[in-house]
Amino acid sequence: MVRIHSEARAFLRGMAFLSPWLIGFFAFTLVPIALSLYYSFCDFTLLQPPLFKGLANYRYLANDPIFWKVIGNTAIYAVMALPFGLLTALGAAMLLNLKIGGQSIYRTIIFLPSLVPTAAAAMLWLWLFNAKLGLINVALHALGFVNPPGWLTDARWAMPALVLMSFWGIGNTVIIFLAGLQDVPRELYEAANIDGATTFDRIWHVTLPFISPVIFFNLIIGIIATLQIFAVPYIMTQGGPARSTYFYTMYLYDNAFSYLKMGCGNAMAWVQFLIVLVLTALAAWSSKRWVHYEGA
Amino acid sequence: MTSESENPSSERPPIALRAISLAGPGPELDVGDQALSKAGGAGQRVDRGKRLAAHLVLLIVCTMAILPFAWMVSTSLKTAEATTAYPPSLWPWPIQWHNYLDVFRNEKANFLLWTRNTLVIAVLAVTGTTLSSAIVAYGFARLRFRGRNVLFAIMLSTMMLPFPVTMVSLFALFRWLGDHTGMPWLGTFKPLWVPAWFGSAFNIFLLRQFFSTIPMQLSEAARIDGCSEFGIFWRIIVPLSKPALAVVALFAFIFVWNDFLGPLVYLQRPEQFTLVLGLQNFQSKAGGTSWHLLMAASVLVILPALLLFFLAQKTFIEGIATTGIKG
Repeated sequence: MVRIHSEARAFLRGMAFLSPWLIGFFAFTLVPIALSLYYSFCDFTLLQPPLFKGLANYRYLANDPIFWKVIGNTAIYAVMALPFGLLTALGAAMLLNLKIGGQSIYRTIIFLPSLVPTAAAAMLWLWLFNAKLGLINVALHALGFVNPPGWLTDARWAMPALVLMSFWGIGNTVIIFLAGLQDVPRELYEAANIDGATTFDRIWHVTLPFISPVIFFNLIIGIIATLQIFAVPYIMTQGGPARSTYFYTMYLYDNAFSYLKMGCGNAMAWVQFLIVLVLTALAAWSSKRWVHYEGA
Repeated sequence: MTSESENPSSERPPIALRAISLAGPGPELDVGDQALSKAGGAGQRVDRGKRLAAHLVLLIVCTMAILPFAWMVSTSLKTAEATTAYPPSLWPWPIQWHNYLDVFRNEKANFLLWTRNTLVIAVLAVTGTTLSSAIVAYGFARLRFRGRNVLFAIMLSTMMLPFPVTMVSLFALFRWLGDHTGMPWLGTFKPLWVPAWFGSAFNIFLLRQFFSTIPMQLSEAARIDGCSEFGIFWRIIVPLSKPALAVVALFAFIFVWNDFLGPLVYLQRPEQFTLVLGLQNFQSKAGGTSWHLLMAASVLVILPALLLFFLAQKTFIEGIATTGIKG
């Protein structure tokens, strides 16, 4: 009896400490998720109560060319920005991990851009990419390119411009990689050296396997973040020119708040959620082949 | 050669506690080449060549990282004519300091009010999330009870949830609340700070990791002395966790300061805008943006984040390395 009593007390005590999160989880996550799922099956303009329409919103989206356009754009951006971004960040982290002078200054400078608020970074790069007066085209011109691209005003160059800009903000990823690199036991390198390993060998057989969980972590974070890219294109291009930089979350936002098609917006949110889940599961599954966990 | 004090016996502290410092190669930071430099005479020269190459690449990368800042600051000090002159110079001449005053005097923008709005939201949200996350983290880290691990797993999985999934229905919910309780939510700051008082998964996770490293004997001793559970939390755990709480507060502040989508969805009138939302008012959709003013305003928006970083560099880096989030 005493034992049951004390277990119940422990439970109540635990719940008391968890209560802020439990209440918040219910009110700001669970209820909105349930509502969102329900709305995604409804016609809902906010002005009238939601009207159940079954799969109508999903069917509408499947036949909506703009929906497929934004999916394509988001995928293209992810494929261009993610792998190169991860590689660049990893390379930078490896250089920053070398025992050479000035590292504290190098590390700080490379990290600084990721502190810049997204909206401010968007304004800055809008100006850098300015077709005539921006620093980038002025520099290209000085280097002898007579006809530099119009960047954000050119449907072919707007997307590459945003990808280019994304490299500026990889400081966070670099720091996470750096932390991972510092966990690699020194003895492993020493052992590799005794075996006559080259620099390439040491990176390929020691560094990469050891930090593969960090690569995996950064990959997942990157996927989720990329699928939600919003502020930068919203401020810099409004999705143009010719919808070439119209991304998934922008169309979702427009559906919900510009066209007041809340049902459609919620259906898009659920599709996005499913895509995130599938891609993350896929990354987790494939990681079994290449991620090495210590002691596993 | 540097003489490393090798002490393989000393255990590595868990990542939540370890300082990953930007401050140069400390005893733990040299992994890459130190084996090479031990290889003696022949290795030495290769080392120097590699060193030079590394410096060269890092210098190039750093230049590319810093140039946009230079261009922004330079533009922010130019006259309107100088921003449209071709070719533009990197050095502003004449230097026009009053651009920074003009940002505050601009009739399209109310920079002072936006700063106040941002600070009000930030103070409320940061206080709320730090406090509530700490209480919840204590429950997860220091108490044993049925269902704890399941709830913890559920909490972790909410971090995967994309904001758009709840964004639209939260909007409908806040609207409904306003219509049915007589207390408006939309068009007020409430949607941006009230949820913060119910803990956030990232912060709870971070603090839980930290609280778990504090020896349990401390709690046991206090319990024997008749201290209540909340007393243990408040008088023992919180004072011992100031660095971790600072990380959470810092990231929460940066998050609020940077958040764009939240204010865009939930704030409606320009006099409620936060700074990052207000920046757009310096932009002219019809062309003819005053770049010198927009850049001056951007510098002002960036400055607090940079200042905080330089004041609390170690805290910052530790937090990012531990959680992998950008604030």
